[in-house]
Amino acid sequence: MWEDIKSFASTFFVTGDPLIYGADVAIVLTTLAIVFVLTKYKKWGWLWREWLTTVDHKKIGIMYLICSLLMLFRGGVDALLMRLQLALPNVEFLHSEHYNAIFTTHGTIMILFMAMPMMFALFNIVVPLQIGARDVAYPFLNALSFWLFFFGAMLFNLSFVIGGSAESGWLAYPPLSEKMFSPGVGQDFYIWGIQISGIGSLATGINFLVTILKMRAPGMSLMKMPLFSWSVLSSCITIIYAFPILTVTLALLFIDRYLGAHIFTMDGGGNPMMYVNLIWMWGHPEVYIVVLPAFGIFSEIVATFSKKQIFGYKSMVFAMIIISVLSFFTWAHHFFTMGAGADVNSFFAISTMAIAIPTGVKVFNWLFTMFRGRIQLKQPMLWTIAFIPCFVIGGATGVMLAVAPADYQYHNSYFLIAHFHQVLIGGVVFGYLAGIYYWWPKMFGFKLDERLGKWGFWLWNIGFYVCFMPQYALGFMGMTRRLYTYGWDLGWAPLNLVSTVGAFMMGLGFVFQVWQIAYSIKHGERDTTGDPWNGRTLEWSIPSPAPVYNFAVIPQVKEADDWWATKQARANGTANEAPAKLEPIHMPKNSGIPFIMSFFWFIAGFGFVWGWTWWIVIGLAGVGISMLVRSFQYDTDYYIPVDEVRRTEASLGRAV
Amino acid sequence: MQQTMAHHDHDHGHEDHESLKVLGFWIFLVTDCILFGTLFATYAVLMHSYAGGPTGKEMFQLPGVIASTFILLTSSFTSGLAMLAMHKGKVKQVIGWLAITAVLGLAFVVLEVTEFSHLVAEGAAIYTSAYWSAFYVLVGTHGLHVTLGLFWMAALMIQLGKHGITAVTKRKITNLGLYWHFLDVVWIFLFTVVYLMGVM
Repeated sequence: MWEDIKSFASTFFVTGDPLIYGADVAIVLTTLAIVFVLTKYKKWGWLWREWLTTVDHKKIGIMYLICSLLMLFRGGVDALLMRLQLALPNVEFLHSEHYNAIFTTHGTIMILFMAMPMMFALFNIVVPLQIGARDVAYPFLNALSFWLFFFGAMLFNLSFVIGGSAESGWLAYPPLSEKMFSPGVGQDFYIWGIQISGIGSLATGINFLVTILKMRAPGMSLMKMPLFSWSVLSSCITIIYAFPILTVTLALLFIDRYLGAHIFTMDGGGNPMMYVNLIWMWGHPEVYIVVLPAFGIFSEIVATFSKKQIFGYKSMVFAMIIISVLSFFTWAHHFFTMGAGADVNSFFAISTMAIAIPTGVKVFNWLFTMFRGRIQLKQPMLWTIAFIPCFVIGGATGVMLAVAPADYQYHNSYFLIAHFHQVLIGGVVFGYLAGIYYWWPKMFGFKLDERLGKWGFWLWNIGFYVCFMPQYALGFMGMTRRLYTYGWDLGWAPLNLVSTVGAFMMGLGFVFQVWQIAYSIKHGERDTTGDPWNGRTLEWSIPSPAPVYNFAVIPQVKEADDWWATKQARANGTANEAPAKLEPIHMPKNSGIPFIMSFFWFIAGFGFVWGWTWWIVIGLAGVGISMLVRSFQYDTDYYIPVDEVRRTEASLGRAV
Repeated sequence: MQQTMAHHDHDHGHEDHESLKVLGFWIFLVTDCILFGTLFATYAVLMHSYAGGPTGKEMFQLPGVIASTFILLTSSFTSGLAMLAMHKGKVKQVIGWLAITAVLGLAFVVLEVTEFSHLVAEGAAIYTSAYWSAFYVLVGTHGLHVTLGLFWMAALMIQLGKHGITAVTKRKITNLGLYWHFLDVVWIFLFTVVYLMGVM
């Protein structure tokens, strides 16, 4: 009996590494601390009523934001561990399997569990407010999406201490990811973590597409819609077409592993290269899914802080739509070396280069918006201005990589690593951080401290170039990706050391940002007007933070940048505003089902990972029963009476 | 008077919301379409990868497949009749036609399970070769969709009995109808690509 338990525990828990034991202790202590605080201050009920069961898009957005920042921390620690290992030749800090696990989880977490939820945080917080809606199209589904993401991320992160992490790279290419070469459960944790949160992402894509198409305030035609909402629309269209491919691809890989099928195996007629094709048919659109909303954020910020209407609005819209279409025709540029032939490679090389055209249009539009504008260098604008040169260099190296014959030289070298970090950090991370600084007052009612923010900003920016510029050179010097160590004779040591220093500067920048948030909660400048930046779009017309129903009266939109036009009209005395007439507001009721159902998905996923049939049965039955229970609920909404709306508005200092 | 007005608005708000959910379901079907498209593409790539194992031509028994095709097509027709009855407001007829649709759907699933167990017994299992892996995944995913549809149909019949035809149940039946027709269309492609082209 005792021997059984011991042998079970030695495969179930990850053992033998002091770093992991440290993490075990930290996890247990943190969990105990959370339970203790919640119990001591009697906050369990509050947690359940206000957060776990909420269907309010603003709260869901905040939960996405918290999770994504935690994941940024974890992915960042992975990055620093890798940079420590590579700082000098022949370092014996991490052994090779551990290094493999860390680069796998770093990539997966940063794209799927950091960038995606941070993007969904901004979708949730901004879109309904910006289009003058009271919620998203399907609030219940929205909560379900969040909890699916949450439990998917939990499942994925659990593999760190239970069972061991995947070690086959962030896209898990077979045959390496097949049972024969990755017999451990790490690969299955990877598949189910992504699969469960992926269903949530797909649902969010549908949800926000319908929200934007159908729930805009009266008068807001599509061509009067703010550009961030346009970017969300184009991103959602891309999600809808791309994510089912990911679902199928990972399901097929799992079927290979679980049922012994031969779809991607080396034997039995399987075709591993088909996996590589399929995963990139999702993977390439995926990078545009995350970068398009960043483009939208920059468009809002540039206009607001230049005190000008965005330059070339229509061309911005067309550029985004063209990017989201073209993104589906470039996937093979990730493996020009597959040997598909000159014709196929030429097609994908040209389609890849073609994306630079709409992107270039956008860059010029941002620059022309700033031209002769009254630019204010507030934090959101700082990040925007830092983004432009960074993204332009990243884009240019992307075009270099797109030259198929030359790619045979760059393929899988550090040149590629430097390129995609430059577009993903310089584009996506800078964009989302700019967005977080911009909309933070709308979420929480106070601004983030400028002084600490500038420390964070400069450390991030200088750190970025110190970290990644040497990697372009290292790529040319022959250093390939996913190497866990190298010798002194190769001459890579100095540049690698510099790169590590840069990585730690970015890490320090993040520490400053955390400090900034903690400091600003107490000392940050309060936003009492609801319009701290003198904004242009509808979200700035309501109090910060917005009341639960967002708009006491749904606005009538007349122009693009409608809130700006309203303010101009009020200043000129030409505003012709009819007295508002309040009506009872129709709102969705909270529900615990999204949380419970996602929890059962977690149970099922855990069962699939370990091959425990009873867990699978209980998990899937729980999912099915949750769906049925929801289907039989007919009383899912309520009305906020006029008196209560009037009281709330008065307490926020607004007379209605 | 005011109360009746409020009540009227309430219903109106609901109907708007129900049409929103139908639109969302259409978009869900787009994603499902991509899902099947990816599986079809996988099947097309692996269509001749028998790895020395049995081929489709040797194993398929068309009479059973043709029978299940007609059963599924008929169920699509009867689900359409349920929709017509719903628009006429006849609850009992709706439930009746849905019940017939469900029985036909169940017959389809039973035939498919029989076919699969027969194939496995004859030595064509999911692990036999890449071809059979792709076959089971593609055909099985469709079968799984039909099976889930049966549970959904049962739940909706109970709800119809409980609430009658309202804006909400109408929307639910509409979505179910869309789903069922969609599965029918997928099956037509499946029948052509897998079975007809398989035995040619």
